[in-house]
Amino acid sequence: MDRPAPERLGVPQARGIGEWGGFESIVRVPGYVMARQIDRLGIVIAALLAVAATATPLAVFRANRIVAGQVRSIFESLPLAAALGLSAALLVAALVAMWGRSDRLRLAVAVMALLVLIIAIGVAAGHLAPPGNRWVRVSPGAGFWIAVFALGIFFADSSVRLALGPLARLAAVALSAAVIAALLLSGLWDHLSILMEYASRADVFWREAGAHIMLALGSLVLAVLVGLPLGILAKRVPGLRGPVLNMLNMVQTIPSIALFGILIAPLGWIAAHVPGAAAIGIRGIGVAPAFVALFLYSLLPMVANTVVGLSHVPREAVDAARGMGMTGRQRLLRVELPLALPVILAGVRIVLVQNIGLATIAALIGGGGFGVFVFQGVGQTASDLILLGAVPTVALAFASAVVLDAVTELSSRVRT
Amino acid sequence: MIEIERLTKRYGGIAVVDDVSMTIEPGTITVIVGTSGSGKSTLMRMVNRLVEPSQGCVRIDGQDTATIAPHELRRRIGYAIQNHGLFPHRTVAQNIATVPTLLGWDRARIADRVSALLSLFQLDPALFAARYPHELSGGQQQRVGVARALAAEPKLLLMDEPFGALDPIIRAKAQDDLKTIQRRFGTTILMVTHDMEEAIALGDRIAVMDKGKLEQYATPATILATPATRFVDDLLGTGDRAFRYLSLTAVAAFVETGSAEGKPISQERTLRDALAELLWSRRSALPVVTAQGDPVGRLTLDTLVRCAGRPQ
Repeated sequence: MDRPAPERLGVPQARGIGEWGGFESIVRVPGYVMARQIDRLGIVIAALLAVAATATPLAVFRANRIVAGQVRSIFESLPLAAALGLSAALLVAALVAMWGRSDRLRLAVAVMALLVLIIAIGVAAGHLAPPGNRWVRVSPGAGFWIAVFALGIFFADSSVRLALGPLARLAAVALSAAVIAALLLSGLWDHLSILMEYASRADVFWREAGAHIMLALGSLVLAVLVGLPLGILAKRVPGLRGPVLNMLNMVQTIPSIALFGILIAPLGWIAAHVPGAAAIGIRGIGVAPAFVALFLYSLLPMVANTVVGLSHVPREAVDAARGMGMTGRQRLLRVELPLALPVILAGVRIVLVQNIGLATIAALIGGGGFGVFVFQGVGQTASDLILLGAVPTVALAFASAVVLDAVTELSSRVRT
Repeated sequence: MIEIERLTKRYGGIAVVDDVSMTIEPGTITVIVGTSGSGKSTLMRMVNRLVEPSQGCVRIDGQDTATIAPHELRRRIGYAIQNHGLFPHRTVAQNIATVPTLLGWDRARIADRVSALLSLFQLDPALFAARYPHELSGGQQQRVGVARALAAEPKLLLMDEPFGALDPIIRAKAQDDLKTIQRRFGTTILMVTHDMEEAIALGDRIAVMDKGKLEQYATPATILATPATRFVDDLLGTGDRAFRYLSLTAVAAFVETGSAEGKPISQERTLRDALAELLWSRRSALPVVTAQGDPVGRLTLDTLVRCAGRPQ
């Protein structure tokens, strides 16, 4: 609003969430703009921050990991100086969210407040836990999560308004990962319940992390290897397109748990009757059905986006390629696939984010992954353990979405 | 020389091109005119086998095109289409280099050819080579499209409504440029258009198509003077036939000795331009000069009126 967002090729013009309608469209009259406009989204952010800081607990204290917790407000869970610092940071964020005019200032304040908040929760855990007591658990309370949510919206809105380029967004992801890694290594969060859960099962955590990534990425790679040729074939053979897409659509409608279940019988049969199948890890339960299910779910976005991408290649370009003497293969590799690439990459993005989430459920049938902690946590009513599975899953999905969006945009830069 | 012999294309039993035979002389511009659905594009696309004939054959310099692999045949024939068909993900230079690259020319030769063509089409290589098609104006895109078609120095150039998307002023300029370049390289051009005006302006010979049949294949003067069928007659229109006929002849053909007053006209302009100038400036004669400005005589209104009528 300070300046019009530059129009980027192939991407809808970036606007802040708060710019859609709202106060300004009401108060802005020709030739006169109200000097002090209150940002509509800023009001929501400020209200959420107010609730987080005053009406809800920053932390929850429990004598051990399964008893009911006691809530602690900001001033109860932090030393006075730290409590004042956190309150001040949240207040500044609320004020800037409502009245801040510069997009850069808004982004800087959002980042600053988030940093203060995640450092504060680590300090609170260290402050509340009696030294040497390994049973006490301090976890983030409702206030923390509400504040994270509000600042997350603030951050997202200001970065959209700034219309950051793809490289800047990649840098932002890398920087965030580095900050989180630094905080983890510094030991500041060590007294937080989720990290205490981690500490007691560090080796299992990394094994399941590997299993999770293998499931999500492995099924994606296989889906690309199969889905791309299948999409090209479906585009070339019109009679094939309908049946293939309809079948994959049907697969997509089967609930994931049901699909895992359905696959147990045929894979079990294959393991028992096909020589060598069991030796390479195929069995009714475990990684194999989870992998196959994720692969099947991935096929529809891959095939559909390949077909759509190829269909949108300008007809004149294909005609010219043919007319100038490109062979079918040259046409595909030099003209059609490069022009369809942004749409195909959008399919890869859908698949990757979807797979990272769905892989959680693989734990139900012994497929491993972060879901192991989620389901153990549910079984033991240990919410910290659930978080140990859920938080990395969300972070991974979020980071891969941003990275692939940036890559997609880079690949479509040169086109109209 | 291109010989088209009894060429037929049927789709589901319906002939969209029906038993067409014609011979195209090397170094000439032949324009196929017709309404949409007349089969004109299909006829042209059978020459480079983008459409395979149902019957008949095409011979280029005596060689039957059916004996050449389609992609190799097409690399020898230039191809330019309406809306240019430039590759949006490739720069202007890469677009022009398409066929030379397919033919395996070495880099230096391709680079030389690309900048020579860009200069020929009045596009500064330093400015335009690295641009993408969407960064060009419509007229520039069209020029790059033709430059790309000419990149591998084809003896034959096929053009499907190449000027269809241009506004009238840019179109006239593009037509002039094409004619100049065609004269310079002696390229044989086979062009498709629905615009009779364009056919008369560019064609050494015009082929009129209707419902898959070749209605008439003759010089513009013959077509104007003696349309072979009712359809050709309709396509010509009645209003300005005399002016179109005048536009076929250069002033030089009717220069007589003597002098006249006022602004002179170049002997390379058409009789139509001369008539317009005579009427507009209320004169009965124009001084005629060479392209360099040396006087060669005059052109009178009487002479013009004598030859503007239907040829006997």
